[in-house]
Amino acid sequence: MSIPVRKFDAVIVGAGGAGLRAAIQLSEAGLKTAVLSKVFPTRSHTVAAQGGVSASLGNSEEDHWHWHMYDTVKGSDWLGDQDAIEFMCKKAPEVVVELEHFGMPFDRTDEGKIYQRPFGGHMSNFGEKPVRRACAAADRTGHAMLHALYQRNVRANTQFFVEWMALDLIRDEEGQVLGVIALEMETGEVVAFHAKATIFATGGAGRIFYSSTNAFINTGDGLGMAARAGIPLEDMEFWQFHPTGVAGAGVLITEGVRGEGGILRNSAGERFMERYAPNAKDLASRDVVSRAMVTEINEGRGCGPNKDFVLLDITHLDPATIMKRLPGIREISIQFAGIDPIKAPIPVVPTCHYQMGGIPTNYKGQVIADASGKPVTGFYAAGECACASVHGANRLGTNSLLDLLVFGKSSGDTVIEDMVSMPKDHKALPAGFADKTLARLSRLENQTNGSSVNDTRLAMQRTMQNHCGVFRFKDKLEEGVQKILEIEKQVAVTEIKDKSKVWNTARVEALELDNLIEVAKATMVCANARKESRGAHVRDDAPDTPEMPNGRNDAEWHKHTLWSRDGNKLSYKPVNMTPLSVETIALKTRSY
Amino acid sequence: MATSTMQFKIYRYDPDKDNAPYMQDISIEVDDVTDRKLLDVLTKLKAKDDTLSYRRSCREGICGSDAMNINGKNGLACLTEIKDLKQPVVLRPLPGLPVIRDLIVDMTQFFKQYHSIKPYLINDTPPPERERLQSPEDREELNGLYECILCACCSTSCPSFWWNPDKFVGPAGLLNAYRFIADTRDQATNERLDDLEDPYRLFRCHSIMNCVDVCPKGLNPTEAIGKIKEMMVRRAV
Repeated sequence: MSIPVRKFDAVIVGAGGAGLRAAIQLSEAGLKTAVLSKVFPTRSHTVAAQGGVSASLGNSEEDHWHWHMYDTVKGSDWLGDQDAIEFMCKKAPEVVVELEHFGMPFDRTDEGKIYQRPFGGHMSNFGEKPVRRACAAADRTGHAMLHALYQRNVRANTQFFVEWMALDLIRDEEGQVLGVIALEMETGEVVAFHAKATIFATGGAGRIFYSSTNAFINTGDGLGMAARAGIPLEDMEFWQFHPTGVAGAGVLITEGVRGEGGILRNSAGERFMERYAPNAKDLASRDVVSRAMVTEINEGRGCGPNKDFVLLDITHLDPATIMKRLPGIREISIQFAGIDPIKAPIPVVPTCHYQMGGIPTNYKGQVIADASGKPVTGFYAAGECACASVHGANRLGTNSLLDLLVFGKSSGDTVIEDMVSMPKDHKALPAGFADKTLARLSRLENQTNGSSVNDTRLAMQRTMQNHCGVFRFKDKLEEGVQKILEIEKQVAVTEIKDKSKVWNTARVEALELDNLIEVAKATMVCANARKESRGAHVRDDAPDTPEMPNGRNDAEWHKHTLWSRDGNKLSYKPVNMTPLSVETIALKTRSY
Repeated sequence: MATSTMQFKIYRYDPDKDNAPYMQDISIEVDDVTDRKLLDVLTKLKAKDDTLSYRRSCREGICGSDAMNINGKNGLACLTEIKDLKQPVVLRPLPGLPVIRDLIVDMTQFFKQYHSIKPYLINDTPPPERERLQSPEDREELNGLYECILCACCSTSCPSFWWNPDKFVGPAGLLNAYRFIADTRDQATNERLDDLEDPYRLFRCHSIMNCVDVCPKGLNPTEAIGKIKEMMVRRAV
């Protein structure tokens, strides 16, 4: 069976921060570019980022990209690649200033410069004391950024395919990527986008967990597509649990709240972070704060009738500061916690927030499928779906928005560069390139006596939550792998009642589940295999000991995991410890 | 777990199988503790009947996907408390735009108007090395404007937009137009005012203020439109 084919120089999948930033590069360079998105671009999940984007602008006090680099390496628990981290931190001032030139409505200092606030793990002088590095537009930084990026694309006349879902990568026998197959949601039509370059900017997959700050659309589509096309996924055991999701609802409360002076308290009203991170206190790295909170709850010092949350207190702040710097948080608290934070503390729990791992790339955005370091021709990735790796085992707050800008831009620039040496004509599509995708669609259409998409997704989410959370346990992980492999069998036989061609959301959700399960498998298998504690991955059988502080085992585990879908095989590759221009930031025990 | 039954009347239309739209009566058990927002209940309804179609994404009122007409008033499902709703809860697609299916409308016309106001910063001076400076007071002028989430609640509640969706920019577009006019970094104020000085594009606004009434972000397009009109008067004298 054949499907319509449309030809472009480049296709970008995803129109969040990374996709839009890449699109600006390509459109302004005059490449014929298609940007595909499941949602209208300004509805992408970048819109929900709140606190800020990091850059060592030094607008309020002295700062340096090298300090930012040190904090990022330390935050990553030394799993981040130091070439990519240097690249990102050095580029940060440039891309943030550019964004301001695009029209981003940053808050301002009295001198009219971009306003910066303190954030978790941001320190001056190589870990000495907190520094104001997070550039913010109130507590709506992601919203302001995404709209500014979309607006710049309107100016550049970027061609969007809105409400199109990419289904599969097209990859030929030599491994070259030749575009994607996508579904137009409004009509149900399936079309091939034949391109010389394909950039994935599909975001994260936080919806593999039951409790997540992520949007419904964050289903790891890029990771699923890459895995099915034989591309491994890197460091999938590392998931960030954001300390402050609204208890029950899961909606994010920015770390910027603590940046502005907010304090976490247990049932005794104690500022418990002083015990866990005497120096940085409430502004320690996210993994550290989340573990402290869960420890407080586990030891009976949680709040509420079930003692299952802690409190984020800003009642001591000037209401005018709250109205000016944290207006969105006040709205969210009133809407989703039923309290006004000016008068009462906000009930919060650690909530799945960010995927540190993803499609392996170098700092230019080229996808690297194996240890050789050779790029997959025609394939690029940026943003949360990619693993450059700048976040390693734990991401610093505000480095996600920075990641989007830096690697969105650099992947675009690399495509422009690579395009020069590519043949003028598109490489031919391989015979039967759409067969597997069409077979998957037809299986779904014709399935009878199958499983419910909703129930299967819920089973997966509960399994991930119970078996692979903030603290991980050997037995639970082993059991979790078996459970997820069982659930995978249900995913293979999902059934939908809706057979309409028009805007069939049931079909979309079933196809999303195909992607989610790949991410869930990768996460569980990688987490079970990594027998140490590092960053966000903390196991009971790798405890903090004097011989092995924090349970981190550098001798055996200072390496990246690569998971392949075929047989759930794992391999490993070394961490890049060679920055581009400065000296290596040597391994050290991490404390705040 | 305490539950109660809620009654709904939902607009249904699938062009693939229905000759005409119809209102479907549905009742559903809701959890009195965990089901707080209308979107929670829609998710539950969809789990029972996967053909029910609507847009949704962030579920926290920032992406603007799940705008619909709820008991006669436009709003976001994810920010609407179910306990405040009179039953049966009547859900319809946003008025004034073509329906694609169920609660999903074709937003082409809405975005066309948004794009028509050149929604991007225009400043042709060479960009400086660092950020363009803007005083906190000048930046404050953008508050109440830049927060628009393009959900279309306002424009699709506006009678002038219903009659002239192709000619009247509508409250969302005009609020965004003023967002750039008010930005001290933007240099195209005159061109922007010229573009809007038209019996339809701007002056179809008759200050009915439905837009203000429905905005889920508490923004005030009527006020922004008033300021644009004021600027036109001021530059005319």
